[in-house]
Amino acid sequence: MKKYIGKRLAISLVTLLIVIFVLFLLLQLMPGSPFNDERLSQEQIAVMSEKYGLDQPVTVQFFRYVKNLCKGDFGVSYVISKDTSISVLLENRVPISFGIGGEAVAFGAVIGLILGILAALKHNSWWDTLCTFISVIGVSLPSYVFALALAYFVGFKAQWLPLLYDGKQFFASSVMPMIALSMFTVATVARFTRTSLLEVLDSEYMLLAESKGITGPTLMLRHAMRNALIPIVTVLAPLVVDLMIGSLVIEKIFSIPGIGSLMVTAIQSNDYNVTITLAFIYSVMYIALMLIVDIVYGIIDPRIRLAGKTD
Amino acid sequence: MKKKKEQSAGNAARVLSVEEYLSQIDFREDDFEFQHKDGFEHIDTNFASQGYWKEALVRFRKSKGAMFSLICILLLTLMAFVGPGMNEYTYDQQITVNQNMAPRVPGLEKLGILDGSETMRTSTGSKEINYYESNQLEDTWYWFGSDSFGRDLWTRTWMGTRISLYVAILAVIIDLAFGLTYGMVSGYFGGRTDMVMQRIVEVLNSIPYLVTVTLLLLVMKPGLLSITFALMFSGWLGMSRIARAEVLKLKEQEYVLASRTLGAKSLWIIFKEILPNIFGPLITQTMFSIPHAIFTEAFLAFIGLGVPEPLASLGSLISSGYQNFTSHPYMIVFPLLVMGLLMLCFNMLADGLRDALDPKMKDM
Repeated sequence: MKKYIGKRLAISLVTLLIVIFVLFLLLQLMPGSPFNDERLSQEQIAVMSEKYGLDQPVTVQFFRYVKNLCKGDFGVSYVISKDTSISVLLENRVPISFGIGGEAVAFGAVIGLILGILAALKHNSWWDTLCTFISVIGVSLPSYVFALALAYFVGFKAQWLPLLYDGKQFFASSVMPMIALSMFTVATVARFTRTSLLEVLDSEYMLLAESKGITGPTLMLRHAMRNALIPIVTVLAPLVVDLMIGSLVIEKIFSIPGIGSLMVTAIQSNDYNVTITLAFIYSVMYIALMLIVDIVYGIIDPRIRLAGKTD
Repeated sequence: MKKKKEQSAGNAARVLSVEEYLSQIDFREDDFEFQHKDGFEHIDTNFASQGYWKEALVRFRKSKGAMFSLICILLLTLMAFVGPGMNEYTYDQQITVNQNMAPRVPGLEKLGILDGSETMRTSTGSKEINYYESNQLEDTWYWFGSDSFGRDLWTRTWMGTRISLYVAILAVIIDLAFGLTYGMVSGYFGGRTDMVMQRIVEVLNSIPYLVTVTLLLLVMKPGLLSITFALMFSGWLGMSRIARAEVLKLKEQEYVLASRTLGAKSLWIIFKEILPNIFGPLITQTMFSIPHAIFTEAFLAFIGLGVPEPLASLGSLISSGYQNFTSHPYMIVFPLLVMGLLMLCFNMLADGLRDALDPKMKDM
């Protein structure tokens, strides 16, 4: 187990270093420098380069870049709001994005689990058909289709919920983005829960448990769900990717001041510093989540957990 | 079969060459026929064994969703080719007087739908207006309406479908050219080659797709070429994993060993012996990467990295339609419908193909 975790950790670190290296190279290659001012003379530029260490070898600059990233110093934005430190720019946006993302994951997981369990328990009934239908639709259609439909019918026509984000009523204005974002999660979780629960319910140990007289919730929770949930952990990684990509578009549609809409604005206005910082943050989040998923899977799946012991 | 002469004890130690040995044997006609043939050979006519592909075709035909999707995709493809030529407008022709015209279709307008009128909402209330009547354009028809530059949305929608289909074909080519070869080579050679190749995949896999795509587009200009590169960068990873797993399953089988014993080279074994036996899962995987690729293009277009104006893709139409979708919803509805239908059909087709080609995977 230790060997397994160590290996995963090493791969994650190498990946992170590669990502940072690529981002650093891109920053070097990008047109425009902080000293792009015609009024500056050659000597002034030389003095400033020395002050910021730009005259040092690239390797030294790279390690300083890594050090700065670790300290949370991402540099300044050049276009979106001139000379503002990016950490300041992010300060208010990160909680909003994480709030909505978290809501979407929780909502999607709960609804998906309920749908999946109902479909498996009432196999071949109309619940089952409904569940299959929802999962096909949810997996196939991009999240902005749901977002636009919700925005038009619920937000604009019926006016039940605020069409655009309103900081004063966070919850009310996060309902529509949350539902739109979580459709993929609902679909995937429902589909996997149904499949793996059907498999478990069909197994011999369930028959044994039933013949021992275990019934009701104990049977479902202790014996069926515990085993059925293992494969669901594996779909977490694609879900997170979808949430990240979805959040970019959804935050734009509902004008949510989060990091997703900041990323879109940064890309559209060629603010390289901000784009690269956000790319770094997304990478860190994703790599960390993949690591956690792999380790959690190793812990709950005995085949991986025990594999190390035989070595 | 009988030997021409019995080997004497003195000769037994000598090893015969194959030719010598064969020359000693006298073959007869009935040597190659089963003995007592009649009586034990029953051919089951009810469940006659059929070829893999024939069985798959039967299973595929039975699936209503998959057949429906196939027909839908064929129709959309047809429309993508003939649609832009069906009226007098071109995709980049701007008629500035005909801005924001609501859809109007001959025939349907008598039924009261798609008759060119739309509801305008202001703070004082809503009003039904019809630009075709107020501007005296009795002979003008915009089947899907016109956009804020006075361009025909019907033509632009089908031109956009072409781009989505191009992306779909591209996804298949990338999957087959990169993913398939990479995965099969990695799985077949194993050992150190596999080690190195799999570490590369692992690293590429743990960089979020979103990041690679946006970074790539930072360096390149938005357009079809950069979308192609973005897909090439990450589209093949899933395929390489499946191809590797399938090769690992088959490469220890006897028929591969037999082929190798007969002197076949690695490349021959990979592509001639193994590949035809793993086509099923590979086709399924390819089909699943199509909707993913179409979605990627639409996503890039939505964040402003799609094909440049005046070209249109479904993604860029949705992206520009959403700017004023509360006042002119028709601008976004048609591209959104085509896009949704395309994604749904490719997904359902992939599901149907998986059930047909790989029945064990059903319900996954």
